[in-house]
Amino acid sequence: MSRIMKEPKQLSVSAIENGTVIDHIPAKNLFKVIQILGLDRIDKQITFGTNLESKKLGKKAIIKISGVFFEDEDINRIALVAPDAKLNIIRDYEVVEKKVVEVPDTIVGIARCVNPKCITNFETVTTRFRVVSKKNVSLKCHYCEKITNQENLQII
Amino acid sequence: MINSTRLMKNKSLVSIDDLSTDEILRILDLAAEFEINPVQNLLDKKVIATLFFEPSTRTRLSFESAINRLGGRVVGFSDASISSVSKGETLNDTIRTVNNYCDLIVMRHPIEGSARYASEISTVPVINAGDGANQHPTQTLLDLYSIRKTQDTLENLNIFMVGDLKYGRTVHSLMMAMSRWNATFNFISPEELKMPDEFKLYLENMGLKYYEHSDFTDIISRADIIYMTRVQRERFSDPMEYEKVKNIYVLRDEMLKNTKPNMRILHPLPRVNEIHINVDSNSKAYYFEQALNGVYTRQAILCTLLGIR
Repeated sequence: MSRIMKEPKQLSVSAIENGTVIDHIPAKNLFKVIQILGLDRIDKQITFGTNLESKKLGKKAIIKISGVFFEDEDINRIALVAPDAKLNIIRDYEVVEKKVVEVPDTIVGIARCVNPKCITNFETVTTRFRVVSKKNVSLKCHYCEKITNQENLQII
Repeated sequence: MINSTRLMKNKSLVSIDDLSTDEILRILDLAAEFEINPVQNLLDKKVIATLFFEPSTRTRLSFESAINRLGGRVVGFSDASISSVSKGETLNDTIRTVNNYCDLIVMRHPIEGSARYASEISTVPVINAGDGANQHPTQTLLDLYSIRKTQDTLENLNIFMVGDLKYGRTVHSLMMAMSRWNATFNFISPEELKMPDEFKLYLENMGLKYYEHSDFTDIISRADIIYMTRVQRERFSDPMEYEKVKNIYVLRDEMLKNTKPNMRILHPLPRVNEIHINVDSNSKAYYFEQALNGVYTRQAILCTLLGIR
């Protein structure tokens, strides 16, 4: 176990033939990332590790997905909960590309508006936010114009 | 300038921020024309739906007055309990149905963001007549009209806002709008109802000056506009706190002695006791004229959104 924790990256990267490895996910947000990317609904081989030691994050999580490659637009959706996530694109056991996530300017259909009186919490309306701060994520609701920030962020 | 009006045709008015400064000024100019000549047949054969999901006196009646004076017809309801909403109909379905019956929808709804949502569904323009605590842009436009009319300008004015500055949507919208014309702001309120930080930060980012006061004293001698609001009992978590402040933020005639000759007192109404009735006969009291200006301003908004003027 201690060997795995010291060298999680090598282990995870070498473990799949083709696919995507998402590293540097804050451990507490692993399941949110799974939910946002819909990994709970696909039939590909997926493994994940969590509560791995990380100098930067304290505890981090890592996900390995075989045979799946994400569009930038899709992967940026996880920026809300894993802003430091790094992606390794694996082909034939080799890392062929590394990517970082970027917080997009608008967030559509991922987060819930914190305002209980917002129309999006009453009717079937896709939530839409303008990102007013990318560092400490702060979202302005397109409908009620209230701010939802990192502390009260809920993923739909 | 005419082009900017044309651009607005078939657009909705949900938030004051939807309008450019040029568009705001066009609406105020048009309102001034309606003040001179309020009865015109510009909305002949037009049907306007007024959907008031919660009660309103001034806003609904002034809209309906504006429509009637322009020769338009009104359909709608002023109480959601007599509409299909009481049967559980969604706002989505109500709007999709009603937009078949009219050329424009005026809507007040208690849910925040409902007006933006309605404007996205509707095939006809939607005017937000208040969506919960969020926006009420036609009130802001009539406030701007009243300020410009009484001061002959919107530039460089000293605006005093008094009362509930925390929850009052009218003060927030007016503050944001007036920040376009280099206003200085003075906020007078009890501690519990101070202007929220996000709005003060907005002014700081705009490089505008503001001052906060808890005492309602002769500092008002510097004011060009005093904008009074109601301090509501239900806003206080501690009823004792309300009892302490309820009679402090009351404007009385004797307080107006040293105020500037051009100063005017505005209030979005309804008033309870925050402006003593002895102020009503003072020439600086402007709140009832302000309510009248609501008709001209709404005439201008309706014609602008329908592309008629």
